[in-house]
Amino acid sequence: MTSQPHRLAWATALLYRAQGILPLAIALLLALIVASALLLALNASPIEAYSSMLRGAFGTENATAETLVKAIPILFVAIGICIAFRGGVTNIGGEGQMIAGAVAGITVTLALAQAPGIVIIPAAIVAAFVVGALYGGIAGFLKAYFNVNEILSTIMLNQVAVQLMNFLLNGPLLDPAEAGANHIPKTARIAEAAELPRLSFVLPEAVAGIFGTADLFGRTRLHYGLVLAVLLAALTYILLWRTIIGYRIRAVGESERAARYAGIHVKRYMVLSMMLAGGFAGLAGIVQVLGLQYRLQTDGSPAGFTGSAGFNGIVAALFGGLNPLGAVPAAIFFGGLLVGAQKMQRDLEVSASLITAINGLIVVFVVSSQIFTRRITRRQQAALRERPPIPEEASA
Amino acid sequence: MTQPINQPVTPAIQQLQMQGIVKRFPGVLAVNQVDFEVRAGEIHALLGENGAGKSTLMKMLYGLYQPDAGRILLNGAPVNIRSPHDAIQQGIGMIHQHFMLVPSLTAAENVALGMRSSRGLVLDTDRVGAQLRELAARYNLKVDPDIPVWQLAVGEQQRVEILRALYRGAALLILDEPTAVLTPQEVDDLFRVLRQMTADGHALIFISHKLHEVLAISQRVTVLRDGQKVATIPTAGATRLKLAEMMVGRPVVLEYERQPVQRGAARLSLHEVSARNDRGHEGLRQVSLRLCSGEIVGVAGVSGNGQRELAQVIAGLRPITGGSIQVDGRPVTTADPAAINALGVSHIPEERMVDGVIKEFTVAENLVLQEHGHPRFTRAGLFMNFRRIGEACREAIKAYEIKTPGGDTPIKNLSGGNIQKLVLARELSRRPQVLIAAQPTRGVDIGATEYIHRRLLAERDRGTAILLISEDLDEILALSDRILVMYEGRIVGEIPREQVNIQQLGALMAGSSPARPGD
Repeated sequence: MTSQPHRLAWATALLYRAQGILPLAIALLLALIVASALLLALNASPIEAYSSMLRGAFGTENATAETLVKAIPILFVAIGICIAFRGGVTNIGGEGQMIAGAVAGITVTLALAQAPGIVIIPAAIVAAFVVGALYGGIAGFLKAYFNVNEILSTIMLNQVAVQLMNFLLNGPLLDPAEAGANHIPKTARIAEAAELPRLSFVLPEAVAGIFGTADLFGRTRLHYGLVLAVLLAALTYILLWRTIIGYRIRAVGESERAARYAGIHVKRYMVLSMMLAGGFAGLAGIVQVLGLQYRLQTDGSPAGFTGSAGFNGIVAALFGGLNPLGAVPAAIFFGGLLVGAQKMQRDLEVSASLITAINGLIVVFVVSSQIFTRRITRRQQAALRERPPIPEEASA
Repeated sequence: MTQPINQPVTPAIQQLQMQGIVKRFPGVLAVNQVDFEVRAGEIHALLGENGAGKSTLMKMLYGLYQPDAGRILLNGAPVNIRSPHDAIQQGIGMIHQHFMLVPSLTAAENVALGMRSSRGLVLDTDRVGAQLRELAARYNLKVDPDIPVWQLAVGEQQRVEILRALYRGAALLILDEPTAVLTPQEVDDLFRVLRQMTADGHALIFISHKLHEVLAISQRVTVLRDGQKVATIPTAGATRLKLAEMMVGRPVVLEYERQPVQRGAARLSLHEVSARNDRGHEGLRQVSLRLCSGEIVGVAGVSGNGQRELAQVIAGLRPITGGSIQVDGRPVTTADPAAINALGVSHIPEERMVDGVIKEFTVAENLVLQEHGHPRFTRAGLFMNFRRIGEACREAIKAYEIKTPGGDTPIKNLSGGNIQKLVLARELSRRPQVLIAAQPTRGVDIGATEYIHRRLLAERDRGTAILLISEDLDEILALSDRILVMYEGRIVGEIPREQVNIQQLGALMAGSSPARPGD
């Protein structure tokens, strides 16, 4: 008796998923078509361009590794964005929170330089999470208690964080070896013990032939940040859909009024969602440092350190349906886009701004497809509401 | 462009027929092979539950939807009504449930808006105003055309809507639940106007689910159920019971057997409570009341006279600006919703889709809205125990006859009546001492309404103190042991069940003191 409706619910859920992917695919296709026009205008063959992009992203062992390396910070940010958006707060401050986390993490790492890795790494990660959370919490607090629009405040706090980083990297945190008039703003290198280990997979002989190597990713920059990120994506999924805190976060996000009626402290949970989002962005920052760059350095621009992962993470989260598990493939997709674009730029000798434009097009089309999907759902619901008692018939 | 408004109206519609009308929405057959007819000089009532297809049928007549099959004949000739503009051209007007007036404009400006003006871009307000006065006089529709609409009472706004339709030459007028927002006196006034209009040869379609109004005003009744026509019968000879049966498809009970009231100790008391409404004005003014265990106290009043604010201050959802509230003798004046809940106060909120449930959540998740953190439904104080929640949900679905494919269905897919049953199940499962039921059956079909009423009475007999806030007088009269009347944020009268007199109740709701019968 109960299994029948259950199976039906599963089928419906699957259908909804399929409906969600179709507009995404169309959006991607449209973006590629418009980008083709741009490429043709520059006398470049779109087919060559895209195949070069694909090879650049996944064509070799190293390309794939680089794609994953790029995906790591995007995924951390995206996990946090899933929490924030589900909690009804629009966090555009991933960049700033990443920086805040990275600065805190590197400070701890450098201070503990003599300690073993097992101490430094967790301490740095915790520090980054906490400071990222506090930094995100500012915007959450202002929204919850003073009704300050969080989109504006997080964007402004991004600027504050960049300037603070520039100041610290030129002063208190500057690498002693760099002191001088024409120094590059960067910290000292972290101790080797503090480096996140490289990640590789030892393959059994049967499979090794296919990949052409027995130690997959053995000679690449791929690091354990990927494992941490995927693990946290799964834990965040559990947090959102299996715990009391997750229930409350989602309740506040879906309906503040109903959440209040339910006795939930709406303001507190708003701040909490924002803090968790900031914390995850902070992790993105410190993992970049410990896993890849081994120091914090910048060219002074906002994206100099973050590589815009704070923004790309938002898009990846939306792309992944605001579900941390969906964010995993979405982040890898965007990582591939960034890495593949570099190869395409080299192969076709087109201007770098074209690559940025193509990335932008994909983002615009994908985001508008989300709005489009939402509008379709809303229209379907409105049509259904004309005659409410359908579910009874469906179940009968 | 001159309107033929100065001459007596000679409506051009003798007969309108809808034949074999079908309308599908994705996955739903909303209107299935319906025939309908209305003639000049008659009021034809269209009766049915929510979702029976009344509004959809009429929206096709007014050009808002296109039928998938069937045809519309005007005086015997087929017509194609593609838009409301077409409908107005053909002499068909519609008064919607939610008035389509611009609040900051006067009645004359509202009417002139959207009409071609003799002065190009400038509205013809003075001419329109003069003609409106004539029309208003003929139908005894008391309205000053030069006052901004927002200053008019709801009943007056409705008159402006009717005037506008008449001004545009409507010979056939569709009235969609026109009495929903009116006091009993205003209903009487409206009925007088409608009778005058039929005497002038207008054809009127009166959409309603209120049986006694249909019986009072119409000559014929067409009953729809599940998108199909049940029958068209002459009103003379029909009874409430018969109409209700036709609507629901099974025998229904309109009067409940009730036990004599066993009034116990005071559970809830308000002392001179004041609060602001959403606009920051005084919404509640020094309201005092006492609610005892075992009684249902009805709060009657026209919408927007402080009932919403009353429910919210008791539930802790709205801060109060003065006075005090006690539950079981304990002060809860500044307590938050969770604390008030914990004292045994349950609240069925007025806007169930906004406050009472979270649309995107599943049925099961909504069932534990307040108790989601209770040890019964959690593990290790951290995780939701979905197995337990699912069990409770299955029990509730069974006990409260909630129609849903299962607990995992998003609640937005359920019908209004079933959502309300879930809210009821949730609020009663906590065995409350005090129950605030705000508009518990608004937008709910007769079957579910009957069920909810029985549950409320059973709850009263169990000893719960129930405050029933409703704009549906029938509901108030059917359930209450005492009736309080609210007007402009105050309680202006209290009437025990035995002494209820509709005239007096109506007068109180309209704000006139019963002590001065001359008013």
